[in-house]
Amino acid sequence: MKAGSNLEKVLTAGIFAITGECGPPRGANAEVVREKAKFLKGNVDSVNVTDNQTAVVRMSSLGASLILIQEGVEPNLQMTARDRNRIAVQSDILGAYALGIRNMLCLSGDHQKFGDHPEAKNVFDLDSMQLIQTVKKMRDEGTLINGHKLDGAPKMFIGCAANPFADPFEFRVYRLANKIDAGADFVQTQCIYNLERFRKWVDQANDMGLLENVFLMGGVTPMKSVGMAKYMKNSVPGMDVPDEIIKRLQGVPKGDQAKEGIKIAVETIHQLREMKGIAGVHLMAIEWEERVPEIVEMAGMLPRPVL
Amino acid sequence: MRLSYPTNVKVIQVPCTGRVDIIHLLKAIEEGADGVYVAGCLEGECHYLAGNLKAKKRVKYVKKVLEEIGMEPDRVEMFNMSSSEGPRFAAVAREMTEKIKALGPSPVRSNS
Amino acid sequence: MIVGERKPLGDILDMIKDYKKVLVVGCKGCVTVCNVGGEKEVGILASSIRISRKKDGNEITVDERTLERQCDPEYVDQLKDIVSDYDAMVSIACGVGPQFLAERYPDAAVYPGINTQFMGGALEHGVWAERCQGCGACLVHNFGGHCPIARCSKSLLHGPCGGSSGGKCEISKDVDCVWHLIVEKLAKQGKMDSLRKLVPTKNWSTSRDGGPRKVVREDLKL
Ligand code: SF4
Ligand code: SF4
Repeated sequence: MKAGSNLEKVLTAGIFAITGECGPPRGANAEVVREKAKFLKGNVDSVNVTDNQTAVVRMSSLGASLILIQEGVEPNLQMTARDRNRIAVQSDILGAYALGIRNMLCLSGDHQKFGDHPEAKNVFDLDSMQLIQTVKKMRDEGTLINGHKLDGAPKMFIGCAANPFADPFEFRVYRLANKIDAGADFVQTQCIYNLERFRKWVDQANDMGLLENVFLMGGVTPMKSVGMAKYMKNSVPGMDVPDEIIKRLQGVPKGDQAKEGIKIAVETIHQLREMKGIAGVHLMAIEWEERVPEIVEMAGMLPRPVL
Repeated sequence: MRLSYPTNVKVIQVPCTGRVDIIHLLKAIEEGADGVYVAGCLEGECHYLAGNLKAKKRVKYVKKVLEEIGMEPDRVEMFNMSSSEGPRFAAVAREMTEKIKALGPSPVRSNS
Repeated sequence: MIVGERKPLGDILDMIKDYKKVLVVGCKGCVTVCNVGGEKEVGILASSIRISRKKDGNEITVDERTLERQCDPEYVDQLKDIVSDYDAMVSIACGVGPQFLAERYPDAAVYPGINTQFMGGALEHGVWAERCQGCGACLVHNFGGHCPIARCSKSLLHGPCGGSSGGKCEISKDVDCVWHLIVEKLAKQGKMDSLRKLVPTKNWSTSRDGGPRKVVREDLKL
């Protein structure tokens, strides 16, 4: 065990894992996080806590992660390179570990251009690849980037993101390989709607033997409506929503679209389970945490193991 | 053919409207002209290929300058006509004169 | 070259609203090449200022001078006999110009007339794009001749990020994803392997992050 987190235990035991996601509130109201935690507790193995996702200011990932711990939910602390330089990055990792965080997801971060503070100065001292390397170095060598020996190494289970739907497609698998070389223990992908393209990418990864060294979790986000599907297709860069998905949602009465969206998500989970090299799913029910229990149930993934 | 056009229009001949620069148009305004327009060949018929298109862009630029300093951009205009179109030349001169009359005298002249 | 854009006229007029005699100072360097601060633009700005002030019945004398360069003391010096004739100077050189004028003529009121943008080049007539951020440790050779520091919106040394779509950057369909270009170029050259290597964290101390920089060439000093 590298970190001994619940997520690491489940994945290492070879159990098909499921992680959830919790977006912290735009405010200091801890109750919002506690409320979300209720729906996630016992239904997923660990919960990603987003770090000012889409560059919109929210309660810090660290703060919300601690609330989850209080609620008995294991957090997966997301950290972007957008807002902190290497000094803040390393300091936050040390603090997070000291406060009980055992999983980290290393990201470059969405550019602030479309966030709520487009006038902000961006940092990007490191990129996601170097962020992974930094956590690994701190954990395995017990030193900072500069080689300084730490009094207490942060034993994190290191995650990263991968987007098989961004371009250029042929390069995507190499980027995954780089992240594994950098030190990623697990990978969570962008939301999968185009299973065909996803499968192609997984095949490439399998051919390169990459998935023997990393736990790959497929990203799933249930659609709430046709509107959401269209928005994801047209306005979210690097998102691939095939027309069939939109047609399928359009094919049912408006009141049933959410149900259909969940059905699609559950089907995707089943498909992922059958795929070689897939170790679990990352369920991102965006501002829809209350539906997580039923989705996990429908996917036949309950009860979650207690290890 | 002799055509009458308003005598208030002072014609400055250039070999091609591509020779008309931003500063020329501005100078006219600065010196107190109420309006200034460029009469170029029809688009696509410039003897030097794109002279009239360049002029059009410069007119647009000067309009923007006027707008930025709080003057009516319509005091500067671009017209296209074929060199054989005498009547159109006269008509344009009348049209521009009407337009500028409606705007009134240039504040550059009346305030200084 | 250094590329700039004219400040909105309203801003310039506002800066000099209390003055009666102003010198507009151009530069024959980069800003002449990018058509924002050369002799021609000096004339246009001066005329625009005069028109505006005449219009308001508040006439102003605006004189025009264009120096060989505003980033060399010897040329800035050429104004020494006339500076005191003016209430203010508007420099339309890059940001270096107004600073050099203000340093050389500590009593003069100096205003910047352009917004200095970036180091870049012309893509076509009238279109310029950023190419370099002056990081102080050039590494474009590792990236197919493209600079990820200046041209990737996130300055990623390992791209393209998950927002790269159809060759465009996640911030805008008008911005090329430089990482797409890098991958394409190296793939074509059969050098994809070089993108399988991890790049160490960049030393930003040679960049602006290390504080204001200075280059000293002992061999050239007098
Ligand atoms: S690597 Fe540095 S010096 Fe080279 S082009 Fe990029 S920013 Fe400029
Ligand atoms: S899309 Fe390309 S250029 Fe834009 S931030 Fe991502 S890697 Fe950089």
